[in-house]
Amino acid sequence: MALVVPKESYSGKIYEVQLGSGAKTVTIGGANALPFLGFEGTFPHKPAVALEVMDIAPEDWPETVKKAVSGASASPVQWAKFCQEQGADMVALRLIGTHPDQKNRSAEDAAKTAAEVAAAVDIPLVILGSGHVEKDTQVLQAVAAAVRGKNCAIGKAVEENYKTVAAAAMANDHKLIAMSQLDVNLAKQLNILLSQMGFAKERIIMDPMSSALGYGMEYTYSVMERIRQAALLQNDPMMQTPIICDIGLNVWKVKETIAPDAEMPEWGGLADRALAWEAITASGMLTAGADMLIMRHPGAMAKAKELIADLM
Amino acid sequence: MALSGVEIFKYLPKTNCKKCGHPTCLAFAMKLAAKQASLDACPDASADAKKVLGEAAAPPIRDITIGAGDKAVKVGGEICLFRHEKKFFNPCAFAVSIKSSEAGDAAAKKIEMVKTSEIDRVGQKLRVDAIAVTDDGGDAAKFASVVKQVVDGAPGVPVILVSANPAVIEAGIAHCADKKPLICGATADNADAMAKIAKEKKASLVVSAAGLEALEALSDKVKAMGVEDLVLDSGARKAKDMIEQYTIIRRAAIKKNFKPLGFPIISFAERGDSLSEAMAAAIGVMKYASIIVVNSVEKWKMLALLSLRQNIYTDPQVPMQVKQDIYKIGEATDKSPLMITTNFSLSYFIVRGEVENSKVPSWIAVMDNEGLSVLTAWAAGKFTASKIATFIQESGVEKSVTTKELIIPGYVAVLSGALEEKLPGWKITVGPREANQIPTFLKGRA
Ligand code: B12
Ligand code: SF4
Repeated sequence: MALVVPKESYSGKIYEVQLGSGAKTVTIGGANALPFLGFEGTFPHKPAVALEVMDIAPEDWPETVKKAVSGASASPVQWAKFCQEQGADMVALRLIGTHPDQKNRSAEDAAKTAAEVAAAVDIPLVILGSGHVEKDTQVLQAVAAAVRGKNCAIGKAVEENYKTVAAAAMANDHKLIAMSQLDVNLAKQLNILLSQMGFAKERIIMDPMSSALGYGMEYTYSVMERIRQAALLQNDPMMQTPIICDIGLNVWKVKETIAPDAEMPEWGGLADRALAWEAITASGMLTAGADMLIMRHPGAMAKAKELIADLM
Repeated sequence: MALSGVEIFKYLPKTNCKKCGHPTCLAFAMKLAAKQASLDACPDASADAKKVLGEAAAPPIRDITIGAGDKAVKVGGEICLFRHEKKFFNPCAFAVSIKSSEAGDAAAKKIEMVKTSEIDRVGQKLRVDAIAVTDDGGDAAKFASVVKQVVDGAPGVPVILVSANPAVIEAGIAHCADKKPLICGATADNADAMAKIAKEKKASLVVSAAGLEALEALSDKVKAMGVEDLVLDSGARKAKDMIEQYTIIRRAAIKKNFKPLGFPIISFAERGDSLSEAMAAAIGVMKYASIIVVNSVEKWKMLALLSLRQNIYTDPQVPMQVKQDIYKIGEATDKSPLMITTNFSLSYFIVRGEVENSKVPSWIAVMDNEGLSVLTAWAAGKFTASKIATFIQESGVEKSVTTKELIIPGYVAVLSGALEEKLPGWKITVGPREANQIPTFLKGRA
């Protein structure tokens, strides 16, 4: 009995989305087979990793990651430059300071920060609001205009505010990150709604909602596997947008990245443990099909990139 | 591949003698197809029928047990390619490699790490599952001494014997022949000798070849020699090759019922850097490896890998749950604090761990929300003020806790007003949002 390599016949392909302007643009997507199965498809672009920067100092980040960025994190511009030096493919600016429970910074302030950061680096920029549904509509509108021409990924558009956020991205020629809550149908639905308002599906990056290793990661993992199957095997055009996973945010709030050695001796050293937590979470999301990751620790990013090289 | 009732019927005696307890052979065939009967019930089934039906009934990937006793691990037996299709059943085993050249102190250190590797995560006890004694110099006596050191030092822990030299394996297996070790393994060059040892000692055997065609041929050959419990090593070491080759193996077995590759996979994820090794091992966990061999098992690394394995191997249809009940933590009395959470295992065990950390004796009321986390249950309308109130009233907790104060998770602070209305006479206190703040919170009240 001779082995005939059982190949899938894929009819779909992930859209290619280009980010950034000038010399250092990055393209993601383009796969026409399930993740990393080179024997039956092609993967023209490797997954990209963005390092996260915030518009305020990372006071509430756990020690391990705070220390890793401490030389630079006092100003978003310095911090963004630092990310580029560390080898990040992109910078992800999170405007958390605009959240009413945080510093409640104004949309104008945020726009100014975004423009400064955009001017300071030449790698592509991802710009995220604070996650406050109403505030994000104002903030992202101002920001999108301020970085016009930079071909950024702007987000996150969610069910409650997608119209305004998408309009801002559209008017200023940016790409859009659309987030739904861990559900294949909701992810598709949001892409449909965006298409119906005239936002080209080829300009959307889908965020299925990430979670950390040990804290619901398996839900994200399976939702992503199902989205990829729908995109490639069932050729569903509404599922063929690249996928982004915003993992640093989730990873750096679980106990495994925070508890000191003395408190949890059976968990091993905090520095290694915390780094591993973000890196292994990244490995999970990459395996499930992520085209793009947002991470916080430069060391964990380096490990993710090393794995990507080993996978391609 | 499962056969239909009609297909099975073809192999039965067709005498309708009823000895199987069914009115006709066809009726019995239908029961067999539905897996509600066993062929043993028909005394007249031919040897041919037994062979064909037995093979058809066998799982597409054979399950194999390594080791003996309560630390034995069962791997393989999987039936799907993606966890959402059904679930992954037998968690992959992690084995740490101890080389012959590490005999003595270095080996002792690793053995100690294996012995103290057990952690409790979400109510499950997880640990390094096995030790792979690895020949790295061809010295049979030295190899055997490490096997002995392992068997004596970590009694009961399943052993994998890694060498391409039959004489070395022979020397090593002398110390663990009664413990169902896994021999690793047979190659094109030594297959006869290795298969002979495996057969004699009733050990399972890894077949190693570079590439899938060679692997298939070797697997067939060794099976023909009478060794049934095989494990596959396709030679993949780079992450790309791991994903590709393991996917082909799993697909061939499950979708094509391709018998030569219908065995569990062993993956050698060893890397110089420990975190790089963890990343490679993670690929194995997710993409079909059943045994993963690593160089080192630091606690931080195993915590991450075992958590990943737990995530991937949980049932995607049914979240891990604990029983609805009022749990007593420490020497709680009728004056001790009472907290409420949902019956999602993760939520409960995190909260419980923190309450234990605080050393403040307490009660935890666990309410059945079909295994949803606090916020998910709340968003799904299963953790509402009226449902909580009914649960508290019907639980009889008032008998053990007389303070009539209920501490609710900080994330559902919005419930407190409505809860006070629905639970007359009770005081509702909003606890912290994150469980790791529970110790400070409880100690601050004492
Ligand atoms: C995994 C997940 C799911 C899984 C379910 C997993 C499960 N078994 O519960 C799935 C995919 C099924 C799911 C579905 C939904 N989800 Co959901 N989900 C998550 C996710 C990513 C993680 C949840 C989790 O496991 N947390 C870990 C556990 C341990 O947390 P926890 O129970 O809250 O416990 C913590 C604290 O509350 C505290 N604590 C617990 N008990 C107690 C007790 C006391 C006394 C104290 C002091 C503290 C305390 O300790 C723990 C650690 O700090 C979160 C987002 C996130 N990252 O948190 C969203 C999230 C919970 N989901 C959300 C939503 C809206 C939904 C849906 C309604 C959306 C939908 N798709 O339709 C559905 C509803 C489900 C249903 N059946 O209808 C929202 C809830 C928003 C809100 N504030 O209401 C969240 C927050 C996402 C978001 N940001 O929008 N979800
Ligand atoms: S015992 Fe065997 S031969 Fe007799 S009825 Fe049952 S299946 Fe048919």
